[in-house]
Amino acid sequence: MSNGGRPMVQIEQVSKRFGNVAAVDDVSLNIAANEFFALLGPSGCGKTTLLRMLAGFEQPTGGRILIDGEDMATVPPNRRPVNMVFQSYAVFPHMTVADNVAYGLKVVGVPAGEIGPRVEQALAMVRLEGFGGRRPDQLSGGQRQRVALARALIKRPKVLLLDEPLSALDRKLREEMQLELVRLQQAVGITFVIVTHDQEEALSMADRIAVMDKGKMLQVAPPQELYEAPNCQMVADFIGKMNLVSGRVTGAEGTRLTIETSGLGTFELDRGYVPKGEVGIAIRPEKIQLLRDKPNGELIAWPGKIAQLAYFGDSSNIYVELESGLRIACTRANQSRQDSVAFKVGDPCWVAWQPGDYLLLDS
Amino acid sequence: MSDRPGPLDYSRKLWLRLWLLAVFVFLYAPIVILVLFSFNDSKRNIVWRGFTLDYYVKAWHNAPLIEAFVNTLVIALIATAISTVIGALVALALWRFRFPVKPLFEGAMALPIVIPEICMGVALMAFFARIGWPTQMPWPLSLASITVGHVAFCFPFVAIVVRARMVGFDRSLEEASKDLGASEWQTFRYITLPYMQPGLIAGGLLAMTLSLDDFVITFFTSGPETLTFPVKVYSMVRFGATPEVNAASTLLIVITIVLTVIAMLLQRPDKELQA
Repeated sequence: MSNGGRPMVQIEQVSKRFGNVAAVDDVSLNIAANEFFALLGPSGCGKTTLLRMLAGFEQPTGGRILIDGEDMATVPPNRRPVNMVFQSYAVFPHMTVADNVAYGLKVVGVPAGEIGPRVEQALAMVRLEGFGGRRPDQLSGGQRQRVALARALIKRPKVLLLDEPLSALDRKLREEMQLELVRLQQAVGITFVIVTHDQEEALSMADRIAVMDKGKMLQVAPPQELYEAPNCQMVADFIGKMNLVSGRVTGAEGTRLTIETSGLGTFELDRGYVPKGEVGIAIRPEKIQLLRDKPNGELIAWPGKIAQLAYFGDSSNIYVELESGLRIACTRANQSRQDSVAFKVGDPCWVAWQPGDYLLLDS
Repeated sequence: MSDRPGPLDYSRKLWLRLWLLAVFVFLYAPIVILVLFSFNDSKRNIVWRGFTLDYYVKAWHNAPLIEAFVNTLVIALIATAISTVIGALVALALWRFRFPVKPLFEGAMALPIVIPEICMGVALMAFFARIGWPTQMPWPLSLASITVGHVAFCFPFVAIVVRARMVGFDRSLEEASKDLGASEWQTFRYITLPYMQPGLIAGGLLAMTLSLDDFVITFFTSGPETLTFPVKVYSMVRFGATPEVNAASTLLIVITIVLTVIAMLLQRPDKELQA
């Protein structure tokens, strides 16, 4: 790293208030050079506002933003070493593809002789060779997306900002572009910051993910950690599916807790710390085994009956109602062709899981 | 229900066709007659007595008429240019910004459209008299008061047309431009202005048409030295409509049509590039 390990983007206690509403509330965050970083959260959580502050379209009302060590407070959008891919792509409709891509070089006075080859190169990078003469209205959504990418990357920014870049594409194209973006990021070696509300997108692409809600940064972690060790109920619930029951700590021996839950009985759990008062107990649906008979050994098992089935082809979601009335969701891969018809609504069954799959969450 | 004609099927009905014809005759017959009789070899505009170009020659040699004609064109061109700029700026201000007195500002901008022309004419006359606007000025400057009057009622029309155009503009295009390193001015020049252009042309044309044939406001703001074409025609018609007036009017119609065609050609989307 040329900058000696200093973060590429430093967000220091940044807030943005619109009147009394804090769109972004005291957020601090470092993003490393060459990192593929995702800002994830439900709509209205402040992630886009944060991105727009990085681009310079919004001014923080508190805190400061440094990019490559330089304070951005007085730097207007057109002088920042960042470029953005807009949600609407914002491809200039009255220019050809080549003119669109060349625009960022022309306006800063790059000599014409240099522009041509760089446009070719940028179009090749996003696999749009030979599209230079086309008009934006002759392109598909995915192609326009690539034009927006080429137009931003040709500027050789230090950070590329992507605002929900894939939300307008259909599912197949979206998956293709996810792979493409990761390939591109590795090829150009630029820091990518992507805003998305699609957790799958964030999990599959990003090196690290920041989960935001109501302007606050809830957790910043690599995808696996975010999924397997969420630090609060909101993150647990937002990332993937989750069975969540509320519980109460009734006894503690060191960090060994006795927890009384509504629906899953009372059990002991040691997660190395002592939470206060109410807690959440969570188990991922795919960690739950669905069995005909009571299992032996270490597994925690509860009897119930099948309440509902949702079939997705590759997997099924099976909802089991325990005798306590609690509904447990269980995801089952349909590994053989008979799997999807193995259980029917009303069948008695057992749900079972490893004690280690419990998540203990502060509420 | 299937034998009921669709909306466009009605054009096959005889009564509707006759009605359509009547409308067109009502609208265009006077103009056609005006043009035809400009070639009429008669002092009076009543009976056809054969083809001649005499009245075009006569109109050409009628110095006061030509002078009025030139005045009208000069005023129209200058008033259009100024109204287009002011109108576009008003439209941008209304489209782009939110400010405390915006509704008031918006209403004030639309006022010249709703105020009866006669009131505006009297108001402008009183205004020019009150501030002591110089009346004895060399030629192009002597048209200034009329031009100011025309700008005053033309620019709101430009503003309305341009603003309507800007409603469909994606603001992120401007942000994208700045993000790519363009200054405020470059963004306006290369992104916003090209998008505005059809609105500017349409608005400018509207302003020019309004200015070209304005009578009331011009009548109140012009002096004896600064007659415009409509005012001059009016004074000539009072002594009987001669084919000379027809000839000059035909020329004005031709100019208007040519301008409109040019504007339409300019607004045409690039067919070659879309092929």
